[in-house]
Amino acid sequence: MTKGILSFGAYIPRRRLQRKAIAETHTWFNPGLKGMAKGERAFCNWDEDAVTMAVEASRDALKGRDRGSIETLRFASTTFPFLDRLHSGIVAGALNLGEDVVALDLSATQRAGTSALMEALATDGETLVVAAEKRDAKAASPHEMQSGDGAAAFLVGSGKPIAVLLGKASRTADFVDHFRSLDNQYDYQWEERWIRDAGYMKIAPAVVKTCLERAKVSADAVTHFCMPGTLSKIANTVAKACGVAETAVADPLHANCGDTGAAHALVLLAATLEKAKPGEKILVVGFGQGADALLFEVTPEIAKLPKRMGVAGSLARRKEETSYGRYLAFNDLIELERGMRSETDKATALSSLWRNKATVTSFVGGKCTKCGTLQFPKTDICVNPNCNAIGTQEPHPFAEKTGRIASFTADRLTYSPDPPSCYGMIEFEEGGRVMIDYTDIEPEQLKVGQPMRMMFRIKDIDTTRGFRRYFWKASPVPQS
Amino acid sequence: MAKGIKDKVCIIGMGCSKFGERWDKEADNLMVEAYTEALADAGIDPKQIDAAWFSTAIEEQHVGKSATPLAVALRLPFIPVTRVENYCASGTEAFRGAVYAVASGAADIALALGVEKLKDTGYGGLPQRGRGPLNDMTNPNGSAPGNFAQLAAAYAAKHKVDPKELKRAMAHISVKSHDNGAKNPKAHLRNKITIDTVLNAPTVAEPLGLYDCCGVSDGSACAIVTTPEIARSLGKKDLISVKALQLSVSNGLEAQHNSWDGSYFATTRIAAKRAYQEAGIEKPREQLSLIEVHDCFSVTELVTMEDLHISAEGTAIKDVLDGFYDADGTVPCQIDGGLKCFGHPIGASGLRMIYEMYLQLQGRAGERQRKVDPVFGLTHNLGGMPMRNVAAISIIGKHGA
Repeated sequence: MTKGILSFGAYIPRRRLQRKAIAETHTWFNPGLKGMAKGERAFCNWDEDAVTMAVEASRDALKGRDRGSIETLRFASTTFPFLDRLHSGIVAGALNLGEDVVALDLSATQRAGTSALMEALATDGETLVVAAEKRDAKAASPHEMQSGDGAAAFLVGSGKPIAVLLGKASRTADFVDHFRSLDNQYDYQWEERWIRDAGYMKIAPAVVKTCLERAKVSADAVTHFCMPGTLSKIANTVAKACGVAETAVADPLHANCGDTGAAHALVLLAATLEKAKPGEKILVVGFGQGADALLFEVTPEIAKLPKRMGVAGSLARRKEETSYGRYLAFNDLIELERGMRSETDKATALSSLWRNKATVTSFVGGKCTKCGTLQFPKTDICVNPNCNAIGTQEPHPFAEKTGRIASFTADRLTYSPDPPSCYGMIEFEEGGRVMIDYTDIEPEQLKVGQPMRMMFRIKDIDTTRGFRRYFWKASPVPQS
Repeated sequence: MAKGIKDKVCIIGMGCSKFGERWDKEADNLMVEAYTEALADAGIDPKQIDAAWFSTAIEEQHVGKSATPLAVALRLPFIPVTRVENYCASGTEAFRGAVYAVASGAADIALALGVEKLKDTGYGGLPQRGRGPLNDMTNPNGSAPGNFAQLAAAYAAKHKVDPKELKRAMAHISVKSHDNGAKNPKAHLRNKITIDTVLNAPTVAEPLGLYDCCGVSDGSACAIVTTPEIARSLGKKDLISVKALQLSVSNGLEAQHNSWDGSYFATTRIAAKRAYQEAGIEKPREQLSLIEVHDCFSVTELVTMEDLHISAEGTAIKDVLDGFYDADGTVPCQIDGGLKCFGHPIGASGLRMIYEMYLQLQGRAGERQRKVDPVFGLTHNLGGMPMRNVAAISIIGKHGA
């Protein structure tokens, strides 16, 4: 059995902030921003974070696949919402993976994504690697202009890989081009010219060279070169130094997404795989306190992968955002008057969360073994009035089901971080229903019969205790 | 079916406080206001009350738990007092407790009192509150209007109604209730409005605008009940008796089973049928003189006209727009202004509805008195939300009718 990448997926949040909107607010202070005011950057809805995006990218990667064979889960991010809670554990729960999955978070460097992928390729058994980033940036910073939010996921293991690893190399160097610390929420960055000359140009080409030598592949044979970097033309400059053709340099997705940090190398790899042909060679480089290089060759299996959202699908699922105010509010960069209704205590009973993890995190309902009725949540007594059998329900997953809106409202009275709060009844096509929050929905999509799918999202944020609870929400099925 | 309550219990006294934003009153002041009116109306001594039922829903906003707030406010002489809560249908529950106590012979005279003092939250609308750990983790953080607004979506889809026409009928309902409330000195809202007022109001929860929503009020209402024999021994004539008391409670079917389409109240339909049977009413559209329904939102009133089997399914819009339910129509609905304008102090509302029927049946409703002599009055008191609720129906009428 050949080892390699078996499948991949990606997720980019729907909202795209127009960079012009940022510049219009801040050029009085920093005229330099005006030159960056082109294109758009993806940013999370208020109910998204690295965890929810990781779940969506993973679901995309696992589309049509049995999840029972996944032994290991690695989740890379530098923007995990918790300092002490296993985020890959939340993802495993949302994906309804078995309890014996080995889950681990990787963090603290912009190459966490590539390192996680490299590790997975060296690990026995099937590994799901996911990288996700919800970037934090100060208002009016270049970082705010350049960043984007997003995630990518790769299933690695033996079988019929779509891409195999030809070579890899890695180097560690405490080259501090920027840092974030417990005492400083936002990046503190050194001069760009020094980062380019002493950092990228000294470290990356050397690692690439080693990788290519180990793979016995010449630089000019590289078809795609995936290296993130927000310095101007940095991927092109590094490619040239490595002897890789400039035409191989992958679109950095600056114009329509922004740099997704530790996830970005994998986002670029996913975007490349979406259009790659058998035999093509993809070089992936991650830079951050050293560098990783991985060289893949695409196999004929790629043609057999079922259609997925991927990067292209995510980018097509787009909502143009011209309100910089909404971005500031979603990212807690402005103190908004949220009204007295927002003062409701959002405390989570952790014992109840644990007891109800199948319902809340995994979105598992029940199926009556006597009459076959599906219901959510699972209860002791079947809801079917012609059955009402006691103790006949077996767990039945609902997360991947599609349904339709049976009733809806757009509520402007209740508190929502993004009013109006839209919710209503969803009827699942195979049976069962749920009264649930909607997310990423437009007014014209609020109609009876609208097809909906489920998405893992933040339900509430408990600002008093710094906790956030996750649950599922319904969102319109993307038009294919 | 059980024999039922018909003509076994009479109402001998009722009282109702002024509803509204009673900034200068505590809940106990409101209770005493309703109680003293009811006591004077009954013409009894407080010591004659054998047992009492106390209804309030959001007690954490005012009196706190238990029945003691009623016992203390009224200085009841250490008699049995029970507190009931069943969403917004709590008032009818208190009445049911008192009536059943008398019917069973456990009490000769019983009192039911409901109160709510909601205007100490600092904001308009119902208080925002927790619903239990698991519900908070899964349920939408919906408001009451948001929950009820969904009726409109499902109703319009089911009956293929133009949402604009539905909205017009809903507006007619609110205009009618404001017209009626203007004639009621105890009502919270006494201003008249026009269809345009409703249609141009800010949206609260689509498609409900500000004027599709009832007021949140402070207030209290009270009833004193006894047997027909004792009522006569007290010198009462032209007795008003209880004809039916029915309750139907959602069992999760609406929320979890795809047999419910979201356009109606499964509970109301069942409770209404049982109530008509208990009262011996065969043709509600012809036999009911007046109705008071739970018009928390205009759309609730609209679909309830069908759920009570007065308008055939799919015809409520026509009946409403035809003025069938207006004060001078065939079956006036909310002749006192309803929740919309009389107000909605939750625990008191069910008793307030009965209060109006009691006055109308006795010809004591002043400016808003129905000219055609009423015989049967129905009250419909609903709590919860369309997918999970409690429907309480009472029918009261002339004794022996």
